[in-house]
Order: sequence, then C-alpha cells, then structure tokens
Amino acid sequence: MSTASIIRIALFAYLAIFFSYLLGPLVVMSLTAFNSAAFPSVSPWACYTYEWFDVLFNDKHIKEGIYYSVIIGLGTVALSVSMGLAASIVLTQVWAKFRSTYYTLIIAPILVPGVVLGISTLVFWDRFGDFIRAGDGSMLDGLFHNGIFLTILGQSSFIASYCMLVFVARLQRFDPGLTEAALDLGATHTQAFRKILLPFMRPAIASASVLAFLASFENYNTTTFTIVKYKTLTTVLAQKVRLGINPSISALAFIIIMMTIILALGFETYRRNNARKEAVRLGKAKESKGFLPGFLTGNPAAIVLVLVSFVVISMIGTAQSYSPQQCKAEVLAAKKAEVAKAIKALKLKRTIKQQSDSLKGPDIFTPDPANKKGSFGGVFDPNNLTNEEPAKPEAPAANKKPASGAFGGVFDPNNLQKD
Amino acid sequence: MSSGVAVDLENVWIKFGDFVAVREANVNINGGDFFSFLGPSGCGKTTILRAVSGFLEPSDGRVLIGGNNMAGIGPNKRPTALIFQNLALFPLMKIWENISFSMEVAGASAKERRKRADELLDMIALEGQGDKLPSELSGGQKQRVAIARALCANPDVLLLDEPLSALDLKLRQHMRTELREIQQRVGITFIYITHDQGEALTMSDNVAVMKAGVIDQIDNGHEIYDRPATPFVASFVGENNVFRGKISQISGSEAVISSNRSGELRAQITPSQVGKMNVGDDAMMFVRPEALALGESDPASKTTVSAKVLNEEFEGASFSVFLEGDGGKQIKMAMPNLGQKLEGHTGETLSVHYDANNAVVMPAGELASE
Ligand SMILES: Nc1ncnc2c1ncn2[C@@H]1O[C@H](COP(=O)(O)OP(=O)(O)OP(=O)(O)O)[C@@H](O)[C@H]1O
Ligand SMILES: [Mg+2]
Repeated sequence: MSTASIIRIALFAYLAIFFSYLLGPLVVMSLTAFNSAAFPSVSPWACYTYEWFDVLFNDKHIKEGIYYSVIIGLGTVALSVSMGLAASIVLTQVWAKFRSTYYTLIIAPILVPGVVLGISTLVFWDRFGDFIRAGDGSMLDGLFHNGIFLTILGQSSFIASYCMLVFVARLQRFDPGLTEAALDLGATHTQAFRKILLPFMRPAIASASVLAFLASFENYNTTTFTIVKYKTLTTVLAQKVRLGINPSISALAFIIIMMTIILALGFETYRRNNARKEAVRLGKAKESKGFLPGFLTGNPAAIVLVLVSFVVISMIGTAQSYSPQQCKAEVLAAKKAEVAKAIKALKLKRTIKQQSDSLKGPDIFTPDPANKKGSFGGVFDPNNLTNEEPAKPEAPAANKKPASGAFGGVFDPNNLQKD
Repeated sequence: MSSGVAVDLENVWIKFGDFVAVREANVNINGGDFFSFLGPSGCGKTTILRAVSGFLEPSDGRVLIGGNNMAGIGPNKRPTALIFQNLALFPLMKIWENISFSMEVAGASAKERRKRADELLDMIALEGQGDKLPSELSGGQKQRVAIARALCANPDVLLLDEPLSALDLKLRQHMRTELREIQQRVGITFIYITHDQGEALTMSDNVAVMKAGVIDQIDNGHEIYDRPATPFVASFVGENNVFRGKISQISGSEAVISSNRSGELRAQITPSQVGKMNVGDDAMMFVRPEALALGESDPASKTTVSAKVLNEEFEGASFSVFLEGDGGKQIKMAMPNLGQKLEGHTGETLSVHYDANNAVVMPAGELASE
C-alpha cells in the first residue's frame, strides 16, 4: 500500500473520529427523546414514542424559562449590538496612541469569569440603588432588583465585547473616504452615518445580533446570579438536572438542534440562490431549465433542507396519530415477566439455602428482600422507571410459603397465573 | 448651473504635528478658471485640496471662497465638491443613487432625483446604466460617475484629486478633453490636482507647481514651460538641459553664465529674478532639447556648444539625439522627424546652437529628482 493511500485512510479515520466526537452526543441525545424509557437512554431501547414532546410542551417551568430567555435575549441583542457598534466606531476615532489600551479595556469583560460579572452586576445595582436612595418599593428600586433588567445588563457587559469584535472586523474594511464623500456632498454627520456607514455594517449587525442572542440564550454563569426570582431556560434546566432528569430535556434539545439545522440550511440555500441569480444577471451562468425547480439546481443545501423539512413534517404528522400504547404494554409485560423470573430464581435459591440451612441451623443474615434497594435509593430499580404498580407483593407472598418444596414452587400453577 | 467663484489661499500653513505639509501658500484662483496644482507625490497637493474642501483647517492663514472666509465652516456647508483620488463611489448604492446623493440628503423626492440623475447620465454618456452598481462599471465609467455625482451638488468650485491617475493612457487623454469640455460648459471653477505635467499644461488656465509643501511658481502653462521660475520647475516640467556655472555678465534681462564645462552661454533671466541676480552668483541655465539645433560653431555668439554624438533614439514624431559635451556633459537634442537621417554623424563632434530667447537662467537650486 502506498504512503499516499495510508495517509488518506488515516485522514478519513481522523475525520470520522472527529465528527463522531463532535456530533455523537447530539445524535445520542436526540435519540433518547424518542425512547419511552423514563431516564434518557438509548439502550435498552423500549418504545418509539413522542410522549416526551408532550411532557415538554406541558411543562410550565420550561415554557416560562423559554419565554424569559427570549425576552432577555432580545433585550441583550438591542443593548449589546448598539453598545458594541458604538465602541467599535469609537475605536476607529480615538487617538492612535490610546487605541490599543482602549481595545484591551473594551475586550476585558470577555476575560472576566461570568460568575464574577453576575455577582458584581447584582451587587453594583443594589449599591447603586442605595446610593441614589431609591426608596423601598419605588420604581427604580424595583428596576434595580428586577431579574430581567439585571440579567440583560449583566449579559450585555460581555456580549457587547463579542459584538464589538465582529464590528471591528467589518469596520477595518470600511473606507472612511466614503463618509467624507457624503459630507462633501452636503450630508450631515447623522445622514452620513445612516446612509453610508450603517448599510455597510448591516451584515455585521445581523451576525452580531444572532451571536448576541445565542450567547444570551445559552448563558448560565452570569444569569444564575442576576435572574433573582425569574427563570430562564438555562436556570430551569439546571434545576431539573439537580432534581432528576427525564427525556423531555432531550426533546427540547432535539427541537433546538433541528431548528439550528433548518436555519443553517435555509441561510445557505438563500445565499447560494442569490449567488446563482447574480451570476444569471451578470450573464455568467444560464438560467437552467432542468426538471428541478430553479432554486434547487446546483444547491445541495436546498435539497437537504427540503429533505429535512419533509422528515420533520412527517414526524409531526405521525405524532398526531401514532400511539406506542401497544408497544409499551408489551414492554411492560416483558418487564414483568423478567421480574417474576428473577423472583422465582430467588425463591429457588432461597429454598435450596433453607434446605441446607435446616441442616446447619438458622441463619440470621438472610437478606430481607425489602432492603435490596440499597444505598442507591432504588434509582436503578427497573420498577421505579415504569412507575407501574410494583411487583413487590409477590416477595412477601413468596416468604409466606417457605415450604413449597425443594423447587421453590416453580411448578406451582398459581405462579403461572400471576404472570 | 452656478458660475464659478474665486478661491483664495492667504498665507496658508498646514502642519501635522511638527511636520509642515504646506508652507506659506498664497494662491489666487479666478472664478471659472481651470486651475491645476502640479507636483511630485507627497508634496502636499491633496492636503491643500482638503483645506479648501474643509476636511482640515489650516494651521495658519485663511481660505476664502467667493471672498468669504471659510474658517469653521464644515465640508458639508462649503460650496465645493471634491472628486476623491480613489473616487469613493458608494459601493452599495446604484449609479443613479450615487449621482443624486446630494439631492437625497437635501430631501428631494425619488422621482426628482431619478430625473436629474438621468440627465447627468446622458451628459456623461452613460445613459441607461443608472441601475448598475459601481462595481459593475469600468474605471473610466466610474470616473465619469464621480464627476456627475459632484456636479449634481451644483458646486461653485469643483475639486479634483488626480482623478485620471488610475486610467490607461488612451482613456486618460480622452477624459482630459472631456473634463475640459465639461468645465467650459458648466463654467464653474475647477481646481485640479495632478503629478502629470502633460495633464496640467493641456487643461489649465493656470498651474501652481509645488515642491515639498512649497509653491514654486504660479503661471499659465506657457510661462511655466518657457520661463520656469526655479530649477525645480525647469526640471520637473518637461525635459531640460541644465548648465551650471556662475554669472559672468548681466545686461537688463539678459545674462551670460560662464558654465563649468561648456564655456560662456547667453540666456534670459527668468522674469521673477530680473534685477535680483548679481555677477558671480551661482546660477543654472536651462535650454529645452527642442530649442537646440545643429549649426556653425560660433563661440562669439555665446549660444553654441560643441559635443559628440553618442546615440539617437527614434520616437516617431521626433528624434532624440544624445550628445556628450566637454568633460562628459550630457546634452539631449530633439529634432522633428522630417525624413532626415543622422546615422552618419554618430561619434562625430558637432556644434549645437540655440536662440538665447529660448534659454533661461536663474539662481542655482535643487532639481527635481528623476
Ligand atoms: N493626516 C496626516 N498626518 C500626518 N501627515 C500627513 C497627513 N496627511 C498627509 N500627510 C503628509 O503630508 C504630505 C503631503 O501629503 P499629500 O497627501 O498632500 O500628498 P500629495 O501631494 O497629494 O501626494 P500624492 O500625489 O501621492 O497624492 C506627505 O508627506 C504626507 O505624509
Ligand atoms: Mg494626493
């Protein structure tokens, strides 16, 4: 084998490992959303189900969290995009010697841990309220202790810096001569800003807004301190993880992943479609007359988008009618059978033991079946997962009949009926 | 269209920190003139233009437009329009929006703007191209759009910063005539910046020649070419043969210079120096290649130089003959191509003469570096 092909194979292996590292957790998480098992898991696979989406949509904490996350996200976008834009414009205007100092100063919030930002935002506005003597219960006092207000400020303090980085990159390509040309043609400074600089910055403003919204939406460190009595999606999730998690979280993750994929594909489709139109307009490409509709030609993103949308739509469609009751019942039955089997095996063991014990004398260490849950509090007890009527009563029943013979009642017809 | 107004610079100094970009500039530009600033790169031409258009305030002195002091008046309030060195067309606006930008900021309706833009597009021979973007035009077309955009603002003074420098030779020559035509049609004052002397001479009513922040001479093209005021102007504008030496004799506006290598030579004293030069002063005498001709050796006339033919170059309309005088002095002579042949003379010693009226003498000074 030639070195070149070895390198190729190694490269493919590397890519495979890299992408499974990157995407594996997302795929597994998405799958758990469709497993009826009560704890997010893929194996053992119980039943294909949509019930966790139901649970999710009926969870009022999550709904409330998303609602406030969106409100805070929008507030943060408005505040940090305008602060970032102003900061980046100032950067191009300040005295050259001061520029690097200014830059460091403005970038600093990114380096400060979010926890510190959160606490200091909380403390600062509380003190500030005291300082200006905003009376208890006054509007200002309410504002300075309002979780939404504080969270928007706290998050913006570092998200604005991210936005500024985006703007600075774009501004570096701006020709200040354009502003001068506008002024020379009689524009006021405001008009020059609005008609020349702002349109130039529009793509950067769009990407900074998306960035700011996402950064705000997923922020936890700062938010957890500043949110006070409100909740955002991240704080709700954190609380849920502490109290015990169920696959409705996976369902949420799946929805977010799908939204991301569809948005990304949508954007790519739009971009390619525009590029194609542009090429046609400039006469560099011919308007194709293939059997596919125009926007699909030469546009893999569009094709994937259509397929993904199709899958999502059909999932939503089947979710209305599909019911895993049958499967669930079967799984339950199988589980019960398993439990019963385990109990029988146990009984068998015990009878054998008793027989040998009767030879040796009584054993005080015979374990009590009720204690079997052990220190894990039964988390891993399959019975707990289903929350169905426990199969426990059988155990005492088994205890009551210690004398069903050497075979532990395996052949007892009553046992068969119980299953 | 408004007719042109006068622009005056009174004792203008412009400094960047310790660096003096413009030193004591005094310029009077008549209304309706085509006035050029000519000078090598970095001599302060753009800086002067920015002071006129209001992007920077002179450190000292005054800028007057139409007799009004412009101190403290911003670029958007001055009756000037500037065509930038890099054109600065707005890349995200269509051509017609670019052209009518000055009307847009003044609050004109889209319909009015479109109408005016279409008129101007006709004028610059780009009719029907209003809906393109600047990136879709050629260099010369962008050029014309920039001019139309500036004219649309109805300025009293149009300032042009080397607008033709990015174009190829053919287009540049075409645009020169076109610019001159536009200027005559609209009748406003044009202040034009260039480092191309051909451009300055063909288009301008008056030219200011600058060197490192100092204006050496302001005059019409003929005077600049025939009677340069300083060695810099003489060597920067067109080609010149320079003879160094000392003044040996002065009579009125005429002087004799005893040159270092070519003997006694007679020439006119440049007008600004008449009466100011003395016998014994270090001086330079300039005579243009086309003012030289072959002739009889006549040392008494003090207008002949003997030199050996080195080589010649054929340039289509003319020959350039390169000669070497005594002591290795390089002399260039240009002769119109009338079908004659010179080959026979290579290596021969010839006598070259000129008319003293076509030679100028002035105090020695710095030459333009080639
Ligand atoms: N903002 C500034 N700060 C400091 N120095 C400057 C500034 N602008 C121009 N200069 C200096 O002033 C001098 C003149 O510059 P200017 O732009 O006027 O040259 P120019 O004659 O237009 O040259 P070119 O033909 O290359 O455009 C240059 O040496 C330049 O370095
Ligand atoms: Mg310049």
